[in-house]
Amino acid sequence: MSFAANLPLFSIVACLICAALSSLLREKAAAWVTRILALAVAAAAAAVLVLALKTGQTTTYRMGHYPHPWGNELRFGILEPLFSGVFALVLLACTVGGSRELVRDISRSKRSLYYVMCDLLLATLLALLYTNDVFTGYVFIEICTIASCGILMIRRIGRTTLAAVRYMIFSLIGSGLFLIGVVFLYAQTGHLLMPNLKAAIAEIWASGQSRTPLMIAICLMTLGLCIKSGLFPFHYWMPDTYGYATPCSSGILSGLVSKGYIFLLIKLILNVFGRDVFYASGIQNVLYLLGVVGMVVGSVSAMRENDIFRMVAFSSAAQIGYIYMGIGLSPELGILASLFHILTHAITKPLLFLSASGLVTASGGDKRFRALLGAAHRNPGAGFAFAVGSLSMIGLPLTMGFIAKYLFAFAAFRENLRLVPTLLALAVSTVLNAYYFTRTLIRIFNTRDLQPTAPVRLRSQPHFALAAALLIGANLSLGILAQPLITLLRKGLAMVL
Amino acid sequence: MLDSLWNNRIPAAAVLLFAVGFTTLLLHRNLLKKIIGLNIMDTAAYLFLASLGYIAGRKPPIITDGNTDPAAYANPLPAGLVLTGIVVSVSVTALMLALTLRLYRRYHTLDLDKIYMMARDEQEDET
Amino acid sequence: MKSKKKTKVSERLRAWDQSSFDLTDALELNPPLPKAPTPEDRESLPVIDRIEARQFAGFRKIYPWLAGLLGLVMSAFLLLGVLKLPPYGAADNPPHNEVMDRYVGEGMHETGAVNTVAGVILDYRAFDTLGESHVLYTAAAAVLILLLSSSRKGEEPPELRRIMEDDPILRNTAKVVVPFVLLFGVYIILNGHLGPGGGFAGGAILGGGLILYAIAFGYESLERLINDRSYRVTIAACLCFYSAAKCYSFYCGANGLETIFSTGTPGAILSAGLILPLNVAVGLVVALTMYGFYSVFQRGRI
Repeated sequence: MSFAANLPLFSIVACLICAALSSLLREKAAAWVTRILALAVAAAAAAVLVLALKTGQTTTYRMGHYPHPWGNELRFGILEPLFSGVFALVLLACTVGGSRELVRDISRSKRSLYYVMCDLLLATLLALLYTNDVFTGYVFIEICTIASCGILMIRRIGRTTLAAVRYMIFSLIGSGLFLIGVVFLYAQTGHLLMPNLKAAIAEIWASGQSRTPLMIAICLMTLGLCIKSGLFPFHYWMPDTYGYATPCSSGILSGLVSKGYIFLLIKLILNVFGRDVFYASGIQNVLYLLGVVGMVVGSVSAMRENDIFRMVAFSSAAQIGYIYMGIGLSPELGILASLFHILTHAITKPLLFLSASGLVTASGGDKRFRALLGAAHRNPGAGFAFAVGSLSMIGLPLTMGFIAKYLFAFAAFRENLRLVPTLLALAVSTVLNAYYFTRTLIRIFNTRDLQPTAPVRLRSQPHFALAAALLIGANLSLGILAQPLITLLRKGLAMVL
Repeated sequence: MLDSLWNNRIPAAAVLLFAVGFTTLLLHRNLLKKIIGLNIMDTAAYLFLASLGYIAGRKPPIITDGNTDPAAYANPLPAGLVLTGIVVSVSVTALMLALTLRLYRRYHTLDLDKIYMMARDEQEDET
Repeated sequence: MKSKKKTKVSERLRAWDQSSFDLTDALELNPPLPKAPTPEDRESLPVIDRIEARQFAGFRKIYPWLAGLLGLVMSAFLLLGVLKLPPYGAADNPPHNEVMDRYVGEGMHETGAVNTVAGVILDYRAFDTLGESHVLYTAAAAVLILLLSSSRKGEEPPELRRIMEDDPILRNTAKVVVPFVLLFGVYIILNGHLGPGGGFAGGAILGGGLILYAIAFGYESLERLINDRSYRVTIAACLCFYSAAKCYSFYCGANGLETIFSTGTPGAILSAGLILPLNVAVGLVVALTMYGFYSVFQRGRI
């Protein structure tokens, strides 16, 4: 076995060890540990990706001396290292770019605990990406829930604590449903590892046995993950959670955490339920419908907001809708588009939160649009970053958002019945997106009754500049040269299918 | 129907408890009651899981007399999973209680709606 | 509010007996901080329009019915699934397959643990358990984030002092009970691979003993043993040992190498390879976390 195959295990364990040690360190040291860790994880992911490309098939990594169905396992093809690398870099960008707000929002004695939570989140995201066992998935989902709650409520204002309670209630209902789904599955198959589960499910589906318990298990697990990732009727925790957390946390929660759950769901669909079973069950139609409604409702709610953070948060709800629409559409092209959109959103949303925070700070800390008039002139760097993020959200060419929408439309053209509604939903949602993002851009670039103040230079905010450069660079380069990424995703999907 | 219900009485009781916990979690505005509902829900899931490991007439899977015949013992895996699950539930409960305590110290009530209204008022006198 | 706080223990007990005991009252053992939100706590937040408030009131009216309906639907849905499951307790149910046969049949030779459950969670499926101990760590850190008070030297809460000063029953009982509780906890931890028990159960018992000691004799008496520094260092050291040891054994397993830990004679106290040290590490983490939860909840620091 090549050495690179050990790297997923080493990165998870390194995250856990760093998390344990960071609680002893001072704030600065803990911050550097997290940054170096994220870089190391990204480098390790690159090495694993090279390995996967070389071997051309998925690798199963035994955790211990026992193969499946007895021991835990990790499994990775192209998708897992690719996503873990991107997630680690986005986490790096968030913690670097939001570091000034962290100092403002979090009391000194707790800042090192913030980085503990970040390390743990990275560990759980990696575990959710790499795991080949549903119960391990459940355990790490719970760590993810608690750690996300940690980075949310670390800001000591009443609204964040309330938002944290809501977030926890939704999340716990989600994980409770997921757990009981796993138990149902275990009761019928006697397995917890994905390959054995898939074989057993296919057998039950093919045999004349009653399919009801199986369907119930699939429904419960899917529903649990939908609630946790904030699909349309369950998105009510989103505006408060993303709107009042410190910007770094908002970026991590919206860009990474909910995406980790969606990736796990895609993994379950392909590796556990099996493509044929899932797309014959009818659940995909529900996901499709909720996704389409979520795209429109999320955008309408965003339009009605008067607070820039809450507007961006509601736009997240709409973007989650896109991803679920893709999952519901079709197993190959639909999921391909969804995977691409996960990356798009993971790269774009943190940029929006970080730059919005820069604009708000330049406008005296007032988050309402009235106060943000001309904010881009007070902080040109943040204004530019917000503009790029907005254009990507609208889906203008040269950005990743355009490619994602193109892929969704492309996937829709293979459908007969759902072609028109998909295109219609894409069009309506794009128009709404364009409406409220353009309105925001016009406001922040407004020059009418502008007080002549010295603009905030990029040199005075090097952390933000670095993070924004990373995110903008990734967004534009992947938007212009999208083909290699799409090829990678397609190869990765072909490996799993 | 009744026959299969009787055959699966423990799992049936477990899922009913799960639904009770689920409803309690949704229905009550009092945070402590919500936490109680959450615990009922989790415990019901573990009861369901534990019931899967039971095999009528067999011993617990601790090999004290050197007999390693699998046909003599109950299934150890669900017990292990329940153990894992219990720790998760303890951790989550502790966190929820800590959140409750903090909200209570700030707003002097456990009613989530009242807290919500007060949090709103806070912003209203601000603006 | 004031009069409530001053109710005596006997009155509380009577109220409890008449079941008019209010749970919110119990929280006031710890004096609430009646602090109005400071200006920096507050933030500029958006004006909520009236329409939303009206929607909220309407939603409140239908919400209980909606929740009840959802609960009924959920129970019907789950029962439907349970009815079609194989009967409870039958020996040929799907979970009792080759997985279980190997755990029970080979477990003692492969892991060295007489207690198969310990073998499963700490050897066969050790990655789950690695995650599980970090769940506890995450929760402990999150509780610290929430409740750690900024003042370093917090006063002992007055209610607690009262218990300590004028409760001879508690003190004398604790004097007798605590050593046995601690001893029992240690036994359960060390016996984890031989019988029912293990790090989690034993650690919880140890933690309970420590909490009882702290209630009876005050936190200061434990200060030399458990303070902020020793708490953090011990937990971090145990978790690092856990992760590193398991990483080593996963690495060896995946690459087909032999580990340096031997399984020993099943049934001996020093056997079962890594299981005993892991149980000790987990036990320490759990005991400290339990004590930490109690201490942070009550007085805002370890």
